[in-house]
Amino acid sequence: MISRRGVELLVGLFVALGIAALFMLAMQVSNLSTVSMGDTYQVTARFTNIGGLTARSPVKASGVRVGRVTDIRYDDKTHEAIVTLAIEKRFNQFPVDTAASIYTSGLLGEQYIALQPGVEDQNLKDGDKMLFTNSAMVLERLIGKFMVNKMEQ
Amino acid sequence: MGELWQYLTAPFTALGRGALRSFERVGRSTLFLLQVLRGVPAVLLRPWLIVQQTYSVGVLTTVIILVAGGFVGMVLGLQLFNILVRFNSESSLGTTVGLTLVRELGPVVTALLFAGRAGSALTAELGLMKATEQFSAMEMMAVDPFKRVLAPRFIAGVVSMPLLAAMFSAIGVLTAYVIGVGLLGVDAGSYWSQMQNSVDFYNDLMTGFYKSLAFGFVSTWIALFEGYDSVPTSEGVGRATTQSVVHSSLAVLGLNFILTALLLETS
Repeated sequence: MISRRGVELLVGLFVALGIAALFMLAMQVSNLSTVSMGDTYQVTARFTNIGGLTARSPVKASGVRVGRVTDIRYDDKTHEAIVTLAIEKRFNQFPVDTAASIYTSGLLGEQYIALQPGVEDQNLKDGDKMLFTNSAMVLERLIGKFMVNKMEQ
Repeated sequence: MGELWQYLTAPFTALGRGALRSFERVGRSTLFLLQVLRGVPAVLLRPWLIVQQTYSVGVLTTVIILVAGGFVGMVLGLQLFNILVRFNSESSLGTTVGLTLVRELGPVVTALLFAGRAGSALTAELGLMKATEQFSAMEMMAVDPFKRVLAPRFIAGVVSMPLLAAMFSAIGVLTAYVIGVGLLGVDAGSYWSQMQNSVDFYNDLMTGFYKSLAFGFVSTWIALFEGYDSVPTSEGVGRATTQSVVHSSLAVLGLNFILTALLLETS
């Protein structure tokens, strides 16, 4: 028979191993380490087509992750999508004429918003609307255009 | 006339009897669960009972979970690499391995092994306790068997299951890494980074966690009830043990479908 101390030790090891496995899954396997951000400020951008963008999609500037999409709504007056971006406070030097474009990482990868800084002196701050946006490229539309051009030749 | 009538209606009578018996069993098991849950607060004051049961339910199941998780991970690495390489996308091995293990295989296979290893042991133990009238003896001594025997086992099962499922997934991801990166030459950086890009903490990891919690709840409940409700003979205990494994495996698989449909976010 195993002693009481031995049982306690083994159960303690078991629980520790389980928690270590959960921790490893959270940090190494899932995106928890990249999702958690410091303080953010919110700006909105309007797109005519957001493609496959979803909430929690990354926001990148020069390929570096600076924030993420927190909300996507549809404005039925202007028939546009309103995307809310949360950008980390330490990246607060984006000029007001910064352009937001929706790109795809790789040919079939996930979609993200790329920020292209402008030239104005004033910087974007919480609650601002972005002036310049480029909608997502829809592959079918591109292929359609290409086919039509080919046929006209 | 009367005989013919009886002959014709016999199948329906048998069906009705069977249905009523299973409804009665469902009712009894629900009342049993409520009694077990009522015993839970009292047990929390005596943690040693829970530690003892966690040893026999959790610690003794760890080895089989780790070995099974290791082999499942290796097979996933081989098979998925073989499929992905046809589409020139073996770099997303990490994504597929991570998602399958965390969302599905981790909770489900762990629950099946748990039912086979820990559930059957619980049922056999309780069935034997019943056959040797230990519950009646406890009641004679004014000891509530629900507080002393059943609730600690229930808590131990519910707590152990998510930890075991996490171990299964973690070891599976690691062995798939060994096979995919070490043996088949997938890039180590893309294995981890693609996995982190596509496995979402709330949508995927927590889904798996909730699933394993629900499976632990259900399979421990079934194992305890089958043991407590068994016919107190050696044959009855044997049948209860078999039924415990069969019922909890089926319950886990069926519940898995329902939970997946409810928790799966398509967006």
